[in-house]
Amino acid sequence: MRARPSSRWIVPLVLVGIGLFLVIGSLDSALFAQQTVSGLANGGIYASLAVALVLIYRATEVINFAQGAIATFTTYIAWQLIDWGLSYWPAFVATLAIAFVVGFVLELVAIRPVERRGNQLTVVIAAIGLLILVEGAIGWIWGNNIKFMPAPFPSHIYNVGGVAFSRQDLGTIAISIASVLVLWLFFQFTKVGLAMRAAAVRPDAARLVGVRVSWMLSLGWGLAAVLGAVAGMMAAASPSVLLQPSMMDGILIYAFAAAVLGGLESAAGAVVGALLIGVTLNLLASYVSWVTPQLLLPAAFVIMLVVLLVKPSGLFGHARVRKV
Amino acid sequence: MGVLLALSGVDARYGPVQALRGVSLTVDEGEIVALLGANGAGKTTTLRAVSGTVRRSGTLELAGRPLGRRGPEATARLGVAHVPEGRGTFSELTVWENLRLGAYIRRGSTKDDFARVARYFPWLEERRAQQAGTLSGGEQQMLALARAVMQRPRLLLLDEPSLGLAPLVVAEIFRIVRELNEREGTAVLLVEQNARTSLETASRAYVLEVGAVAFSGTSEELAREDTIRRSYLGY
Amino acid sequence: MRTRIGTSTLVGILATLVVGAAIALLPFGLSDYHRSTGAEVAVFFTAILALNIVTGYTGQISIGHGAFMAIGGYTTAILTAHHGWNDLATFPVAALTGFAAGVVVGLPALRLHGVYLALTTFAVALAVPQLAKNYSSFTGGTEGLALPTHTGMWLYYVGWGVAGVMFVLAWLLLRGRSGRAFRAIRDSEVAASSSGVSLAVYKTVSFGISAAIAAVAGSVYVLVNNFVNPDVFALTLSLYILIGAVVGGLGSLWGVLVGAAFVELLPIALTSGNVGSSQSVPVIFGAVVILVMALLPLGAANLLQRALHFGSKVGQHSDSPLGTEGR
Repeated sequence: MRARPSSRWIVPLVLVGIGLFLVIGSLDSALFAQQTVSGLANGGIYASLAVALVLIYRATEVINFAQGAIATFTTYIAWQLIDWGLSYWPAFVATLAIAFVVGFVLELVAIRPVERRGNQLTVVIAAIGLLILVEGAIGWIWGNNIKFMPAPFPSHIYNVGGVAFSRQDLGTIAISIASVLVLWLFFQFTKVGLAMRAAAVRPDAARLVGVRVSWMLSLGWGLAAVLGAVAGMMAAASPSVLLQPSMMDGILIYAFAAAVLGGLESAAGAVVGALLIGVTLNLLASYVSWVTPQLLLPAAFVIMLVVLLVKPSGLFGHARVRKV
Repeated sequence: MGVLLALSGVDARYGPVQALRGVSLTVDEGEIVALLGANGAGKTTTLRAVSGTVRRSGTLELAGRPLGRRGPEATARLGVAHVPEGRGTFSELTVWENLRLGAYIRRGSTKDDFARVARYFPWLEERRAQQAGTLSGGEQQMLALARAVMQRPRLLLLDEPSLGLAPLVVAEIFRIVRELNEREGTAVLLVEQNARTSLETASRAYVLEVGAVAFSGTSEELAREDTIRRSYLGY
Repeated sequence: MRTRIGTSTLVGILATLVVGAAIALLPFGLSDYHRSTGAEVAVFFTAILALNIVTGYTGQISIGHGAFMAIGGYTTAILTAHHGWNDLATFPVAALTGFAAGVVVGLPALRLHGVYLALTTFAVALAVPQLAKNYSSFTGGTEGLALPTHTGMWLYYVGWGVAGVMFVLAWLLLRGRSGRAFRAIRDSEVAASSSGVSLAVYKTVSFGISAAIAAVAGSVYVLVNNFVNPDVFALTLSLYILIGAVVGGLGSLWGVLVGAAFVELLPIALTSGNVGSSQSVPVIFGAVVILVMALLPLGAANLLQRALHFGSKVGQHSDSPLGTEGR
């Protein structure tokens, strides 16, 4: 492995450069600033889902293809609670709690039995089966029609120096960052969080100190589902996203791309990656005329591919020696 | 001094390969017992059988209670600390976090435990924020030992603590093991390639051969017997 | 599939002939609608066969084979609808386009392994329909293109004819030196390359061949539906192909038949068996997939293998393109 000390600075420099570009552009053009902020809001949604993916990947080396569907499912639960008369924020909190249970139970019932005797591929297939199951369940329980999800932040435009920012966008950014932050605090400072980290990096050694690794996995799925619920509820609140069973399909891809940018193992990298993707796609859609909404998904795919080919360990990752 | 650990007729296999055939041994409270033998004789597997890391059959009792089908998580809660081959330290976590994990199963305050560990390994205090993977081999071994001390075990299972370490470091580690045994009364089941050092530390030893106990006796007896020393212990 | 010389191969050939005869005679007892369903099973058979070549034999996981089907399907559709070609004549063109696409995908795939390849192909599966929607002048956009209709009988025989040809081609490919090379690559790339197998060539070509076969499957698929639009090749299709391959048993040509039947017939059986409403079908299907993965991680083919080798110990250890680390 060649040692290239100077390459450590390339990524941070590029990020700073991008940051500068965004700030200057925002100061220069109101439209640019608006699109940057709403791009960041989208990025916040992708970030929550991306961190959920990284969480599960770090613990099991499995990509949970059903993560988006589970997020949609929990969002429907939120819709249902509101439909039954609960006001928004109590429903939000209740949904988070329910999402934890859903994620926990799904791991226990659908994944653990498969993990026992199978290998990675069978678990991936099980996750795909789960994806089909959960999206089907949504259609079964609530039907396939588009539902209307009330907005958490009542429509309000903040005017700062001639630039219009929507309260919804700012709220989404705040909530997404907050949820990822709370999770980080949990992992860094609590006993259970430490045990989960230990179980993720060295399950055998963790067992020797008494950590019940399989329960840690279920916990991880529960927490991932909570993050997914945040992503889903923020997505549904966004004017361009409709609450329907396939709501998170595209967003899942953006989240994958973000997770890949973070090297699949770094939550921080995934968050930065998500924000980058959100802003980039938004700016592309606004400023490049031939980029239609349908091309955004292929664009994200291209980004993901380029990153994987050029620097598979992601923005902040270290090159991983492949186990032979 | 009662019997702490008793194995009787223990079998273990890795897939089609049978690693242990009817292993029987005992470790008394506060004793240091060595497990010797060539590579592949089944020493590591024996420790794994005790901690429940490998599936085994036969009778295993800890302080009279059968271990049943308990896995390592449950066995740890019964007071067994297993320091595996390769140390089992969490390289990605800090020294401090490694130690905290040692106290995972303990309820109540762990402040005293940190103080105790600091007595045996004073240098750990200043390195608490350092990533465990950046420690030297000897330091990682001591960290693994320190983590086991945090568990306050009744029985310490030590697998090849001297592997890859310089003689001075090895001597230090064995000194600490003896101190642990004398001060805390922790029983130790020690697996070692380095037979001479083991026999100097342990009071008794078993020699394994192809998954079964070939010889056993006190350290003096085994060290005295020329044939055993030369054929099995390599010196 | 381990090919043993002697009885096993003879039994295999005999079994193939019997099953082949059964398939050939089946449509005479079916209604026209069921014949086209049978044609769809053939489509899945071909697609799963294609997937097996990359995932089962060279160990490169692909969740995007629906995209290759889309390429073949749209090629056929565009040629017949916009240029008046005879539908069967488009098949070789579809195969060629598919091959090219497969090589294009296979090249970057060389640098991607396991999870990363899975992610990328998943994204491809989602992205291609979007491209189809976008370049609507070519593809008819969301409205799609119409294709000439055919009787169920015609579709059935064309479908199974194609499937049969592909089956034989695959069998020949996997028997010989290239087959051994493929399996060597799946089991250990390092060992394979150090024994002189040119990894890049074999992996890329296998992707190309796999894509070509999938493309022709796509061509038949659009004929069965006599219609094409982006939703025809939605993500679900790629998922079902992968599920079919794994449920049937990777690396097994026989498993392909089981897998195809599973993904095509089970949902239909569930609907017509009136288990709950039609809405519950994906729920039950998903649950069955999970169940199968829990009980038969190596797929139906492994079950059959174990039954046939009853008495001899066939290893329980599962090979996976994603690695075998158990946790």
